[in-house]
Amino acid sequence: MNGLIEVSDPGLGNSLQDLGRFGYRHMGIAVSGCVDPILARCANALAGNPPECACVEVRGAGPALTVRQGRVRAALAGDVSATLLRAGGEEREIEAWRSVSLDPGDELRVGFVAGGAAYVAVSGGFATPLQLGSRSVYRRAEIGEPVAAGLRIPCAALPHRGSHEYSADPWRHEEGPFRVMLGPQDDHFKPEAIAALLGGEYRATKESDRMGARFEGAALAHLTPASADIVSDGTVPGAIQVPGNGQPIILLADCQTAGGYPKIATVISADLPRLAQLRPGQAIRFQAVDGPQARQALRALETRWKWWAYGMVYGPPGMEINKDWRAGWPLFEDAWRQGE
Amino acid sequence: METADPLGAPRLLPFGDAAWTVEFGARIDPALHGRVLGLLEAVERAREKEPFDGVVDLMPTFRSLTVCYDPRVCDGERLGEALLALARTTGAVRREGRLWRLPVCFDAEFAPDLDDVAQTKGLTREAVIDLLLGTVFQVYMIAFMPGFPYMGGLPEALEMPRLKSPRKAVPARSLAVAGSMCAVYPWESPGGWRLLGRTPVPLFSARDEAPSLLASGDRVNWRAVGREEFTALEAAAQAGRLPRESLLAGENPS
Repeated sequence: MNGLIEVSDPGLGNSLQDLGRFGYRHMGIAVSGCVDPILARCANALAGNPPECACVEVRGAGPALTVRQGRVRAALAGDVSATLLRAGGEEREIEAWRSVSLDPGDELRVGFVAGGAAYVAVSGGFATPLQLGSRSVYRRAEIGEPVAAGLRIPCAALPHRGSHEYSADPWRHEEGPFRVMLGPQDDHFKPEAIAALLGGEYRATKESDRMGARFEGAALAHLTPASADIVSDGTVPGAIQVPGNGQPIILLADCQTAGGYPKIATVISADLPRLAQLRPGQAIRFQAVDGPQARQALRALETRWKWWAYGMVYGPPGMEINKDWRAGWPLFEDAWRQGE
Repeated sequence: METADPLGAPRLLPFGDAAWTVEFGARIDPALHGRVLGLLEAVERAREKEPFDGVVDLMPTFRSLTVCYDPRVCDGERLGEALLALARTTGAVRREGRLWRLPVCFDAEFAPDLDDVAQTKGLTREAVIDLLLGTVFQVYMIAFMPGFPYMGGLPEALEMPRLKSPRKAVPARSLAVAGSMCAVYPWESPGGWRLLGRTPVPLFSARDEAPSLLASGDRVNWRAVGREEFTALEAAAQAGRLPRESLLAGENPS
């Protein structure tokens, strides 16, 4: 039997996201996908899923999800909690980083996410119809199924009534400077601008969404006023574009595919997930790296994630995390091998 | 700032650890765009083979090709070298894209900037329309938003800067001009281009196998329609009864 989930309250600022929609950028379609794919992968692992399953990305008031059919496992990852309302009337708080099994009539009311993004995963993933190869919602073009009240989403039901659950330590993103590779248009800036970017602090502002995040700090001076405009060329998530006012905007998953501002540098893949978790007022620094260093950083992130996953346990609810990493591993070793 | 000789060496620009941009120049120029399309086709042909097998997205623009790859499976440096080598050896192609003949209605309601453009340029309303209809526009790229075509070839007599204060909401399917470009907004969106008409044809449909109506290399010629035909075509398109082929030149003589 399949599971079925109904959105009983859509909340605010939530969207279904998976690893993204590739192969359509030449049509102006953003790649989309989770802004923090590492955290989404954690939520999926805790629900027993491979990384490519779609999650609900929560960026504000979380949704309320009611199980309509089947026994469904749910898990939260990130700085978020939830209230579980059992069909029988029992109510209890649900923490992130451990799964919970829901029966028909049970409602999971996901709480508020004050900054960045948190993820809700369910067994088998939220199986809305694929559009252009992905379930990610790209609101600007009405692609993907929006989280709306009454929407019914299939997922996988658990085959038995066992009471075991997954749990793990909270994932902690690395700290330290955000690593960037200079370019593609670093030659449109004065040397002082490069020095300012790599030497100063930049503060996250409130202006942040799935398309990009504005930062404040020492103005990054273009070589000439004319170099603040370029004939539009390609953009990617992580690009640090600098409009005429010299204040950087870092593009994220839903960024447009091309733009007319020069990009002074690009945040590397390993540091993009934590970029999406910054809160207004938080100050960050940038550090320049080269290609091999970026590759090393990505490998280190993947290794760290693998160790996080090794530490996952599967047992009766309330069981302490005992660091017996073998317990959870075989269940999604296959998923890991598939990579992203 | 000129960064590359249009007929000379392309430049490989680092774009983080998951993309490269190959830049042929800094201008809007059919010759540069031809080289972009030449490289695009060459990479498409090579995609089965290492190191191009890690490529996940190709984004042609006026003057550059951005190549996105999966850094988990692809050696970025190797791909960069291979891209540059390919860019140096591939010539320009003139992609014989499709020639579209798309309906546009110039009713005052749809063309709030038509009188202003005419006045500024010392032309009559009709002369502006004739200039638009007499042009075959070249689609350089689809970007900014899904299906949004950047089309070159606007007659110099119609060149105007963007509005000083952009509109908060440009209605969907507005035909718009700015600088030497012509475009259509596929969706309602904020925008600073000047609005000269509206087409009943949807530029983008996520449910279609090829969601974007237009593609880089296509050409577009506008055909004026009255309000009645506009409404009929709009209804037909919404009901899914306006096949795209019927909009190709040659099959739609008028």
